[in-house]
Amino acid sequence: THDLILHGSCFPFLNLAHAHFIFKMAAVQGGLADTNEEKDIKTEPSSDGFGNNNANDGRVLSTSPGSSASAGINKSATGAPEDQQTLLAVLQFLRKNKLTESVEILRREAGLPEDSPELKGSDSSGAGSGGAAGSGDKEGGDASSLLSRVTISSSAVAQTSSVTAAGEDQPDVNVVLSAYNQQGDPPLYQVYYSGLKKFIESVLDCHRAELSQLFYPLFVHMYLELVYNNHESEAKAFFEKFSGDQECYYEDDLRVLSSLSKREHMRGNETLMDFRTSKFVLRISRDSYQLLKRHLQERQNNQIWNIIQEHLYIDIFDGMPRSKGQIDAMSGSLAGEGKREANKAKVYYGLLKEPEIELPLDDEDEEAENEEGKPKKKKPKKDSMGSKSKKQDPNAPSQTRIPLPELKDSDKLDKIMYMKEATKRIRLGPDNLPSICFYSFLNAYQGLTAVDFTDDSSLIAGGFADSTVRVWSVTPKKLRKVKSAADLNLIDKESDDVLERIMDEKTASESKILYGHSGPVYGISFSPDRNYLLSSSEDGTVRLWSLQTFTCLVGYKGHNYPVWDTHFSPHGYYFVSGGHDRVARLWATDHYQPLRMFSGHLADVTCTRFHPNSNYVATGSSDRTIRLWDVLNGNCVRIFTGHKGPIHALAFSPNGKFLASGATDGRVLLWDIGHGLMIGELKGHTDTIYSLRFSRDGEILASGSMDNTVRLWDAMKAFDDLETDDFTAATGHVHLQDNSQELLLGTYMSKSTPVIHLHFTRRNLLLATGAYNP
Amino acid sequence: MAEERRQKQCSVSLPTESMKAMAESVGVGQLQEESCAALSEEVSYRIKEIAQDALKFMRHGKRRKLTTNDIDNALKLKNVEPLYGFQSQEFIPFRFASGGGRELYFYEEKEVDLSDIINTPLPRVPLDVSLKAHWLSIEGVQPSIPENPPPAPKEQQKVESTEPLKVVKPGQEEEGTIQGKSQGATPADGKGKDKGLIRLKPRSTHELSVEQQLYYKEITEACVGSCEAKRAEALQSIATDPGLYQMLPRFSTFISEGVRVNVVQNNLALLIYLMRMVKALMDNPTLYLEKYLHELIPAVVTCIVSKQLCLRPDVDNHWALRDFAARLMAQSCKTFSTTTNNIQSRITKTFTKSWLDDKTQWTTRYGCIAGLAELGPDVIKTLILPRLTVEGARIKAVMEGPVVSNIDKIGADHVQSLLLKHCASVIAKIRPQPDNMEQYRTDYGYLGPMLCSHVMKARTQAALQAQQVNRTTLTITQPRPTLTVSQSGLSGSAGSRTPSIIKVPSSLTLMTPRPGTPSQPSPPATKYIVMATSAGASSTQQVFQDFHSVLHSSHPQGSLSLIGVTLNSMNLHLQPHRSLALFPAPLQPCSLW
Repeated sequence: THDLILHGSCFPFLNLAHAHFIFKMAAVQGGLADTNEEKDIKTEPSSDGFGNNNANDGRVLSTSPGSSASAGINKSATGAPEDQQTLLAVLQFLRKNKLTESVEILRREAGLPEDSPELKGSDSSGAGSGGAAGSGDKEGGDASSLLSRVTISSSAVAQTSSVTAAGEDQPDVNVVLSAYNQQGDPPLYQVYYSGLKKFIESVLDCHRAELSQLFYPLFVHMYLELVYNNHESEAKAFFEKFSGDQECYYEDDLRVLSSLSKREHMRGNETLMDFRTSKFVLRISRDSYQLLKRHLQERQNNQIWNIIQEHLYIDIFDGMPRSKGQIDAMSGSLAGEGKREANKAKVYYGLLKEPEIELPLDDEDEEAENEEGKPKKKKPKKDSMGSKSKKQDPNAPSQTRIPLPELKDSDKLDKIMYMKEATKRIRLGPDNLPSICFYSFLNAYQGLTAVDFTDDSSLIAGGFADSTVRVWSVTPKKLRKVKSAADLNLIDKESDDVLERIMDEKTASESKILYGHSGPVYGISFSPDRNYLLSSSEDGTVRLWSLQTFTCLVGYKGHNYPVWDTHFSPHGYYFVSGGHDRVARLWATDHYQPLRMFSGHLADVTCTRFHPNSNYVATGSSDRTIRLWDVLNGNCVRIFTGHKGPIHALAFSPNGKFLASGATDGRVLLWDIGHGLMIGELKGHTDTIYSLRFSRDGEILASGSMDNTVRLWDAMKAFDDLETDDFTAATGHVHLQDNSQELLLGTYMSKSTPVIHLHFTRRNLLLATGAYNP
Repeated sequence: MAEERRQKQCSVSLPTESMKAMAESVGVGQLQEESCAALSEEVSYRIKEIAQDALKFMRHGKRRKLTTNDIDNALKLKNVEPLYGFQSQEFIPFRFASGGGRELYFYEEKEVDLSDIINTPLPRVPLDVSLKAHWLSIEGVQPSIPENPPPAPKEQQKVESTEPLKVVKPGQEEEGTIQGKSQGATPADGKGKDKGLIRLKPRSTHELSVEQQLYYKEITEACVGSCEAKRAEALQSIATDPGLYQMLPRFSTFISEGVRVNVVQNNLALLIYLMRMVKALMDNPTLYLEKYLHELIPAVVTCIVSKQLCLRPDVDNHWALRDFAARLMAQSCKTFSTTTNNIQSRITKTFTKSWLDDKTQWTTRYGCIAGLAELGPDVIKTLILPRLTVEGARIKAVMEGPVVSNIDKIGADHVQSLLLKHCASVIAKIRPQPDNMEQYRTDYGYLGPMLCSHVMKARTQAALQAQQVNRTTLTITQPRPTLTVSQSGLSGSAGSRTPSIIKVPSSLTLMTPRPGTPSQPSPPATKYIVMATSAGASSTQQVFQDFHSVLHSSHPQGSLSLIGVTLNSMNLHLQPHRSLALFPAPLQPCSLW
């Protein structure tokens, strides 16, 4: 039995092991890991580590007292022991659990207890060398950003703070919390805060918006400090006085915060642990920062200065301060904006070259239909053109960057079908809107939780709250099972139509039910070849089902908590899943353990998507950020902030350049992956957006929402109007124009049916689904 | 306000009494106050935590309603055993009990006899999940099929009628209307920055599909036809169907024209039917009626105050119609009166004015008083009570003076009972006890003594009701204004007028002309009704015109072709009865109008 209070403490260990894990993986040179390789990393503690955490808890309690009792301006002095303590605690824990291998690795990486700056240095270099190209993975990323930060701001202040930051990579509940030890007179907190407020309100207009960003993180940390030091009534008063000043999009977090009024509560609260362990990132221009610094130094306002030093990461840039609108567009996530460096890595967003498939020209029907032979001529031409242009794409990853499965004959046939259909595709545009066919689930009794279509739109799968998965055929072709083994013995294996003969006609039906999960099914995804179906559930497993036998083939265990979403790679074989444990995992269908673990989100991973070239994975989270991960090395290559609520829908544009995301705040945001910038905001929905889809040629973006509407947006226009100059690319300052109304092409209301999935058929007919709630 | 809310969030926690009650329920007595406080805080925090987690499950379940399963899953997340078997059948399954100065809510767990369960027949298996496809949109246009919601929700109807001006570039109106047709798509006029924009009212086309035309025909025929069952069905349909928006202008004109014609003809039955249609329209929650008040209110007011509504005023119960229409009027005042249209004050003025007029007939007088009385106790207090003495004297003159005519006497009698009925309850509230006959006579004149007895009756009744409320929990009996035709004579004649099938025009396309271009010189809509001979009527006519002008400000004057169509049909309806129905000028005009 697990101790529920300890989640917060478990994740950090998970991260550590995960780092170790990734090093291993990288050592396999980006290829597919052998099962052998995987087996010796079974120390991966996500599941087996939990049982022993009670012991850990007790131990931690004894080591905690007064670890950083000293207070004051010079935090660097306390930084070192704190670090070591963390490390020692980790070592002790590992030893206790006989994870000797990990202990050694950690030892090696950390070296013997030395001066903490060195320790940090070796840590980061270890990460750099360990991960082949892994400069940006969890630890490495932190370290490198730290280094760059030192170079950015040469001020002594930043250097001292970089030291303290080191302690936060492996946070331990008490060590982490102990930083909140008494640092000032509790009644004075209000004075401090209102003093700063007064200062910021009196400062020049151009700086005010930037400095106002400080309010929220300061407010939270000061409140937490009060709570931690058992000044309950002061904390309450502080909260009541200043919570109204905070931006409205933090309301959800404030609600969590308000319920937390005792020190004991902090221990189990994950959100707050995140707030404490991850630095809140602010982007502030140098001028504004200097202004703030001068003010705080003049006032000797050490309390606030300490918080800024310890818990905030201020990303200083040169140039004009940003406007309120610019700041609001990017803020709203749990831990502030993404650092600029986080979005600098090169992303190969181009598409992979399509395999050359010869179109069978001996298609007699086709020829009979078109006497002129025009389409016949056109087709090969078009194909050759397509492949040529793809060859030249400098942004495409190399074909073998990620090992992809070989194409089977059936895949080739499907590709041919796809191309044929593509020629009949309707060109969409503002004057040529798609028709929408709505599939309503009747009698679902509020139980429909996930839907997916096959790419050729022949099958629909639905996941239900009653743990079942149902598959429907929407074509006249019924769903058939393969015959039982006994019957298979009887058939003539030499005959030409053996593939037909193995199917059981007697049980053919329009829909099949798959039983196996023990909790609501939240995510569902068809494999591109239509042979498999994935489903993820509250029971913590992802299941792979065969659509030939309609049985469960594998149950992938790894997430111990509800798995919110799963998605098959567009090339098959790989899939990604994400859940309540805040980790997204990359799996291959033939491995029972994950190949990669993408950790970094501060809250549940709510949705997962593969990039069309299968080299990247996008994840949306309850921490209101979207991250893009490199499948090759597990690095986080993009962090997009700007949503004001948990993200529930993601969609890549067909050309791979753009990403659209929808959240509970009812807004759709558009992102340029290459530049790592927000490029558009589509306002209109009044409730959570559950599905997003680009038309096959990327001209139209369709969004479906809880507000019972499907909306169509002019994606071409949204992307065409785009002019990314070097300055914007360099600074990450976005200027969004408010043109949602111009981009909105249509709103289609359904009859009390929330739209939870959208799909464009190969001919650009839009299919929408939802459960009818009378 | 947001701040207030947050403060609440901050402070909400379970009362310590709950802790005590729970402790007692598990056998822990004498819990100290401090422990209770500590416990309640802890428990409140945990509950909040669990609720927050449960929300996650709700969101991923794509629902708006939090269910017990979500709570169970959230508990599981915390490794707490879920509450098994807590599937509530009812919305809130708690029972309330009080005693010993404490109030308690508890979850009722009955002892269940197994044999009962075994012996009950199995419940019906719920229907299995199934998939149904329909077109939500065909090339950008949403087809109006039952699977799709009614084309214009009330909000949109409101927006259309209150903000009809859309930015359209000159010379692009055509395009605008075409795009406007594609459902909900705002005319995407990309070059919004261009100069020389004119705000134009879009030309809205009210085109009815063949089905809608058939529906309209069936409904209107049933509403004024002879079969009461059919009528009930039709009215039910009007009151509940969400897709009537398109037909609303036609219904509205049908009613207003119908009232005009039938008032002149003194066809009480049809007037009643039409008022019931108004009622049904007002009951329909999906309709945005504000646009059509200029047609409906005059029709309703006519039915309240018209001098004569039936052929035999001495026998027929036209009073019921007046009461019913007055109630309708009061309802529409309540729902539609705003500071801009001032319906209530204008209606009040209209009623008071003609009531104050000495020459006003008893029938109209009755209508005015009824109309005012229905507007509520405040109106009664300020407008009717002060005039009781004068009115009493007038009644006395008729009742006790020389017999002028039987009709006057009946009228005076009805006015008297109406006044007694409405005033008694108000007086009972504002006048202190005791009720003295003589005092009443000095205060209210002729009506005083009768009022006194009514007030006393009202008081005892109120006391009785209060008792009942105390005893039982609550039984609300909602008085519903209903009206059925109770005349034997007329219903027969109405039966003879079973409408013959009207030829439905293949397409009823109506263009409401833009305000700037009155292409057709539309005659004032009041043409058929204001045939005033007496001087007093002109003032009320003015009010009427006033209504039209104000209510029309956002809506162009009635559409001619529509009137044509309805009149046509009306004509057909009425033909067997009197062919001159449409030209009532030589006939006796209604007194007021």
